Amino acid sequence: MLELILFYTFGAIAVISGILVITRHNVVHSAAFLGATLFAVAGIFLTLHAEFVAGVQVIVYVGGILVLFVFVIMLIAVERSVHERQYNKQWTIALITSAILIVEIAYGLYRGRDSLVLPAVVPPAAAAAGGNAEQVGTALYTSYLLPFEIASILLLVAIVGAVVLSKKRTPAEE
Amino acid sequence: MVTTFHYLLLGAALFTIGVIGVLTRRNIMIILMSIELMMNAVNINLIAFSNRLQQVTGQVFAIFVITVAAAEAAVGLGIVIAMFKNKETMNINEIDLMKW
Repeated sequence: MLELILFYTFGAIAVISGILVITRHNVVHSAAFLGATLFAVAGIFLTLHAEFVAGVQVIVYVGGILVLFVFVIMLIAVERSVHERQYNKQWTIALITSAILIVEIAYGLYRGRDSLVLPAVVPPAAAAAGGNAEQVGTALYTSYLLPFEIASILLLVAIVGAVVLSKKRTPAEE
Repeated sequence: MVTTFHYLLLGAALFTIGVIGVLTRRNIMIILMSIELMMNAVNINLIAFSNRLQQVTGQVFAIFVITVAAAEAAVGLGIVIAMFKNKETMNINEIDLMKW
């Protein structure tokens, strides 16, 4: 019963805030609602007993990415963009495409419903197996060591790319 | 009883919201936020199946997705700033330099 209440609370917050993210005119409001969605998704992870990923979600998404978004919003003019037209002209095509996507997902879920109705199982005594963070860490540093290293290279490339993109051009380059 | 099906429905709903946001909005910041929404939907699915199959692999991949999201946000926002320096706009309809 408690699981059900938690799931519907977090799910409702995530979906309603998500809809508000894409409908608000002011970008700052959108960013705030995105934060609410991210927190709610972290709560959803907690109900799935993925405590480590929930922590990473809050630290990296809310503490890192969202703050980055807000910084950029502050750097570029917000005032002007509020008065610009917010929705583009292709919304009929967008609506049709989204309807097709919804039908596709619904069909997939409908076909696979028999294999999915089993209750989400609770890990039996997670402490005996070393806890969630230890399990994730073990998998990350043994089976997935190469992807882990590639991810670190990816982050390095992203840092260099972001610096190159946003740095001031020197007179020699122009 | 909360089943895996519930989580998949939630993920599908969030993903669809993200797709609608990318397709209908003109503000590039909101488009980037919609992409983050879609990545969150994928993470919900990964972790739901990780729980369903009692394997930690899904959580490892969710962490990789978060890494890619961080890299994408850094580069994407760098592009937004570079673009704003040149064009003074966040409207994607005015960014048509590479349009044929």
